[in-house]
Amino acid sequence: MYYIDPHIHMVSRTTDDYETLSRMGCIGLSEPAFWAGFDRGSVDSFRDYFRQLTDFERKRAAQYGIQHFTWLCINAKEAENVSLSREVIAMIPEVLDSPSVLGIGEIGLNKNTKNEATIFVEHLELAIQYNQQILIHTPHLADKYQGTRMILDMLCDDNRIERSRVLVDHVEEHTIRHVLDEGFWAGMTLYPISKCTPQRACDMVEIYGPERLLVNSAGDWGPSKPTAVPDFIIEMRRRGHSERLIRQVVYDNPVQFFSQSQGFDFRAPDVSEAPATN
Amino acid sequence: MSIPMTASQVLDREFLEIRAKVLELAASFDRLHRAAGVVAGDPRLSLIHEAIDVLQSDADDRAEQVQLIFSLQYDDEWQKKFDMVSAR
Repeated sequence: MYYIDPHIHMVSRTTDDYETLSRMGCIGLSEPAFWAGFDRGSVDSFRDYFRQLTDFERKRAAQYGIQHFTWLCINAKEAENVSLSREVIAMIPEVLDSPSVLGIGEIGLNKNTKNEATIFVEHLELAIQYNQQILIHTPHLADKYQGTRMILDMLCDDNRIERSRVLVDHVEEHTIRHVLDEGFWAGMTLYPISKCTPQRACDMVEIYGPERLLVNSAGDWGPSKPTAVPDFIIEMRRRGHSERLIRQVVYDNPVQFFSQSQGFDFRAPDVSEAPATN
Repeated sequence: MSIPMTASQVLDREFLEIRAKVLELAASFDRLHRAAGVVAGDPRLSLIHEAIDVLQSDADDRAEQVQLIFSLQYDDEWQKKFDMVSAR
C-alpha cells in the first residue's frame, strides 16, 4: 500500500532510510523544521537549514521516488531565545515561496513557558499574514496535556485561523478529543517509548473514526522508527480493518490536508488503488 | 466505528502480550524492592500505584485516565499569569 508520512525529520536519517521507506511504500513525506539537538546561534544557521530542507532533502528523496515537502519555523525549544526567534520569523518570508514549502511548523510549546507562548503567537501571525497552513508540535509526557490545552486556547482565540488548515501533532488519548472537537486535524506520532504505539493509534482510529486523523513516525535523530507507519498499517490489517479505511488514514487524509497548501505539487502514483469511500 | 474483532478474539491475540507486560511490571517492582535505599515516599511511585488502580477499574477510558494521572494539570488562568490577552 502506498502511504505518506506527514511528519518525519529526514535530515537526521541516512540515505539508506530513504531507500527503506521507498521499499515500504512511502511515496511522499513532509518534514517540519525542528530542533537540531543543540541551540543554533544565528539567523544564518536557520537560513542554511531551510536551504537543506527545501533543496537538498527534496533531491535526496526524489532519488527514491519519494516526494519531499517541508515546513518552516524556529522550534519551541529555541523559542526561549526571543530575539533570535524574531530574527528567524522575519527571515522566513524569504523562503516561503521555495518549492515544496507547505507552511509554518512545527511550532508549539515545549515546557509551556511564557517565551514559548509569545513566539507561538508570533508564528501564528506570520502564518495568517502569508496565508500559510500550520503544523503544531505538542509537548512530551507530563507537559503534554497542559501544553495542548494552552495551544488550543491560543488557536481558538484568533478567529482568523482556518481550523481545517491546522494540524495539531503528537496527540494521545488525553488530548485527541480536545483537538478534534475544536475542528483541527490531529496527528498521532508512533514512537518506541514516549508518544504513541501503533496499537494505541489503531485504538484511537476505532474510537474517534478516521476523519481528520493522520499517523506519522516523526523519525529523527533520537530513538524513533522511520518505518512506524507501515507498522500501523500491519496492525490495522491484523485487526481486520478494510484496506479502504487504512488507505484513508495513511494516504487520502494527508493528501486532503496538504492539498490546502499552494506548495503541495504532489503527483499521485500512476496506478489505481481503490479510493477510500464510505 | 468499532473494532472488527470480538472480545474473545482480542483476548486470544493479546493474552500473552498482556501476561508479558504484567510480568515486566512485577519484575520492575521486585527490582525496586531488592535495590538499596527507599523510594516509598517518591511521588512518582504514588502515580504508578494510582495508575495501576485505574487498570483494575471497569471504565472504558482507562488509557486516558492513566495519561491524565501522569500529566500536569491545565490552569485556565494561564494567559492572565503570562500577561497575554485572551479574546475569549
